[in-house]
Amino acid sequence: MLTVALDQSADDARPYVERAQATHPSLIDSDHVVAHRYGIINISTAVWIDEGGRVVRPPAIEYGSNQFKDFHGKDCGPHLGALRRWVREGELPMATDEVAAKQPVPTQDEQLARAQFALAWFLFRRGDKEAAERHFVRAGELAPFDWTIRRGSMPIRGLDPMGPDFFELFRQWMEAGRPDYESFARSRT
Amino acid sequence: MNYSIVEDGRCTEVDANVAEGRVLLSPEALQDALGWTVKPQGLCRDEVCMPIPPSSGVVCGGEVDLAAFADLMGRPLVIDAQACAAAIGDSAAERTTLMRGGLAPDFTLPDLSGRTHSLSDYRGRKALLLAWASW
Repeated sequence: MLTVALDQSADDARPYVERAQATHPSLIDSDHVVAHRYGIINISTAVWIDEGGRVVRPPAIEYGSNQFKDFHGKDCGPHLGALRRWVREGELPMATDEVAAKQPVPTQDEQLARAQFALAWFLFRRGDKEAAERHFVRAGELAPFDWTIRRGSMPIRGLDPMGPDFFELFRQWMEAGRPDYESFARSRT
Repeated sequence: MNYSIVEDGRCTEVDANVAEGRVLLSPEALQDALGWTVKPQGLCRDEVCMPIPPSSGVVCGGEVDLAAFADLMGRPLVIDAQACAAAIGDSAAERTTLMRGGLAPDFTLPDLSGRTHSLSDYRGRKALLLAWASW
């Protein structure tokens, strides 16, 4: 298992990694490189990769426990069961063509949003906060349901990711029918 | 004029010529920032060469127009003239081809102590990649 934290710095992730007494590599992706390459739009997202380096289960929201099940409604059991069967018995969760069809491939606007986010993050680190803010805002407009952009930029912009901005984003997302990986993939086939 | 060009988590400082809202790079600056070389057969990187249609306006007085370059490649580009900085991404078409192709893209990232790990280090083993965040 490899975990990738889409956080500003190692210090943001450290308390959680230490509390979990993680023995697997716990990586930090402040530039969202993994998010860009795998089309990750929300957390927590699981991707299964086989021994030959092929994706056998595309990005999907999955949780390691049922700690927040009351909030998001997703049971972690089916994923963890399927994961054990894959690891122990080699049972694949889906056929190769289904993996391809379920990839959350991006639109050009979403790719532009990622470029906007990359520029904003660079400008922020350079100390140019005003310019950074312009591009964080534009990124969110271009990809309104990419949580790695909208919620992920909140702590950088000095907004509370558990506060009013989060609840407003949550409201918009509910109103749009809770867009997720499956609906992204479906709308692009 | 000094310009910062961001691509794939990397920033390169280059000398750019800014004229009438256009950002023009010397072929050397283009190669430094984005890895593409201007050759007689077109724009080349590794084994790939793309012909440059004269109407594209990519090469202009021996310099490369960054916006026309991005257009030709179908890549998203953001220019902040005030901040003298730009970011260029991957085209949606290229990402779609790669994602549907099924190979897990490699990446190299630091852990909490700064030691780097690549996905390819774990080739030969099953891997569960889990993206999360403190927010």
